[in-house]
Amino acid sequence: MIKLFRYFEPKFSWLALPFAGVFFIFFVIPLFLTIIVSFWDYNDYSIIPDLIFENYIYIFEGCFQFDADLCMTFKTYLSTLYFCLLTWVLTLLVGFSVAYFLAFYVKTIPVQIALFLICTIPFWTSNVIRMVSWIPLLGRHGLINDTLILLGIIDTPVEWFLYSEFSVILALVHLYTLFMIVPIFNSMMRIDKSIIEGAYDAGASEIQILTNIIIPLCKPGIVIGSIFVVTVVMGDFVTIGIMGGQQLASIGKIINTEMNYLQLPGAAANAVILLLITIIIIITMTKFIDIRKEL
Amino acid sequence: MHRTGSRGFYFFLIFFVLFALFLYGPMFSIILLSFQGPEGGLTFPMNGFSLHWFGELWEGAGVVDIGSAFRRSLLLGFVVMVLTVVLSVAAGLAFRKQFRGAELLFLTTIASLIVPSIVLSLGVALEFRLLDETIKWFGELFEIEKIIYDFQTTLGMFTSGMGTQLTWTLPFGLLIMFAVFNRFDKSYEEAAKDLGATQWQTIREVVLPIIAPSIIGIGLFGFTLSYDELARSSQVMGATNTLPLELRGLTTTVTTPIIYALGTITTLFSFAVIGLFFLAFWLLSRSRSKVRS
Repeated sequence: MIKLFRYFEPKFSWLALPFAGVFFIFFVIPLFLTIIVSFWDYNDYSIIPDLIFENYIYIFEGCFQFDADLCMTFKTYLSTLYFCLLTWVLTLLVGFSVAYFLAFYVKTIPVQIALFLICTIPFWTSNVIRMVSWIPLLGRHGLINDTLILLGIIDTPVEWFLYSEFSVILALVHLYTLFMIVPIFNSMMRIDKSIIEGAYDAGASEIQILTNIIIPLCKPGIVIGSIFVVTVVMGDFVTIGIMGGQQLASIGKIINTEMNYLQLPGAAANAVILLLITIIIIITMTKFIDIRKEL
Repeated sequence: MHRTGSRGFYFFLIFFVLFALFLYGPMFSIILLSFQGPEGGLTFPMNGFSLHWFGELWEGAGVVDIGSAFRRSLLLGFVVMVLTVVLSVAAGLAFRKQFRGAELLFLTTIASLIVPSIVLSLGVALEFRLLDETIKWFGELFEIEKIIYDFQTTLGMFTSGMGTQLTWTLPFGLLIMFAVFNRFDKSYEEAAKDLGATQWQTIREVVLPIIAPSIIGIGLFGFTLSYDELARSSQVMGATNTLPLELRGLTTTVTTPIIYALGTITTLFSFAVIGLFFLAFWLLSRSRSKVRS
C-alpha cells in the first residue's frame, strides 16, 4: 500500500508535462506533418494524401542544366545566403563592440544594467513599427537624402536607400544585433578579470588581450549569437517583404506566397529544404560548444 | 587595463552612443513626425504641428478596425503571458532534478527558438487544416448536424495562434529559469527543509518568493513578444488579425503620417508596459530586501 502511494506521489518532473505538451502539439507534430505533406499531391481546392516527389522535382526544375543560367531556386537561396552573410558580419562586429564596451569599460553594475537595458528595450517593441520608422530617414525626400543634397554631396536623391537590399540589411542589423549582444556579453562577464589583469601586467597590449584572451573565451557566445542571427535571416519574409518593397525574393517569401495560394504541399517541400539547410548550418556551428553550459 | 578615459574607452563609448542613436533615432523620428500638420507628409520637414493624424486615426479614416485589433492583441498577450509564466516556472522547477527526457525536452525548446518562423507557421496551419478535415469527415460519417452545418475551422487566435506564440515565448521563459536556478542559493531551501517543511511548502514559501522578480521578467517577455509577434502567427490566426498583422498590411496601403501616429501610440504603449514590469520588478525586489534585513 505504501509502495503504491509512493508510486503516485507527485514527482517534480510532472511539472514539465504541460510545457512539453505545448511543444509536442505546436512544434513536433507540425514539423512531422510538414515533412509528410511535402510528399502529398494537391489541386486548386484541397490537398490529397499521396507519395509523390513532384513537389521537390518542381523546386529544382532546370537547376541542374549547367549550361543555362541559375534556376530561380538557386538564385533565391544564393540571395538569402548573401543576406545572411552580410547581416551576420555586421551584427557580429557591432554586437561584439557593444558587448565589449559594456563588459570591460563600464565599471559599475548599475550603469552596466542601465546601458544593457537601453540595448534591450527596443526588442520589446513592435518590429513592424521599427521598420516603418526608417522611412522618414531613408526615403527619396528623407532626412539623409535631404542632408546630402544640402551639403552638396549629391544632386539628385539616392534611390537605393529605401526598398532595396541596403534597407533590408540595415533593418536586419537594426532588429537583430541584440541577439549577438546578449550571448557575447554573457560570455564576457564570465571571463575571470584576473586573467586580463595578469596579461596586462605581463605587458600585453589591449589588442593582444582582445585577440588572445577575450575572443577565444567568447567563442561560445559568438556561436550562439551567430546561430540566432543566421537562422532568423534564413527564414525571414517579413523584413525582406516590408523593407524590400515586396520586390526582393527569399525562401521565406516563396513559402509565404505558396501558402497564400494554398499550394500547401509545395510550400511544405520548400520548408523541408529550408529546414535541412538551417539544420546543417546549426550543426556546423554547435560542433564547437555545449549551449547548456553557457547559461 | 580598460581604464575609463583611455583612448579605447572613448572609441567604444562613441561607438556605443552611435549604436544607441541607431536604435532609437528612427523611433523618435516617427514620434516627432506623427505630430505633422494636416498638410504634412511622410518625411521631414515638419509642416506645422498638430494632433491631426491622431484625430484621423481615432475616427478610423478608412483604416481597418485598429481598435479591435489592439484589444485582441492585448487579450492574447495577457493570456500568453500568464501561460508563459506558469508553464516555464513549473518546467524550470522540474528541470532542477534530472528526469527522463530532460535533455530531449531542452533541445526541443532550443530548436523551437531557432526554427524558421515561416516553417513553424506552415506546420501548425497544416495541422489544424487536417484536424478540420478530420472533424468534417467525422461529422458526415455520423451525420452530426451541428458539425455539417455550423463547423468552420479550428484555426483561431486562442487555439493555433496562441499555441504558436507559446513556442516563441516559452523558450525565453525556460532560459530565464535556468539562469535563475544556476545562481540560486540552495541554503535557504535546505534551511526550510531542516525546519521540517515539506517539498511543496519549501517551493511555495521559500523558492517562489525568492525567484519572484525573475518571474516578472518572464512575464515581460511573455507579454511583449506575444503582443508584437508576427512571423510565426502570420498563417495561423484564422479569421481575425492581431495588431502586428494589421500593421504589416498598413505598410503597403497607407501613405500618410497616420501610420506614424499609430506607430507612436503602439510604441508608447510598449514603453508603458515595459515601465510597469520594471516597476513591479523594483517593488518586489525592494520588499524582499526589506524582509531580509
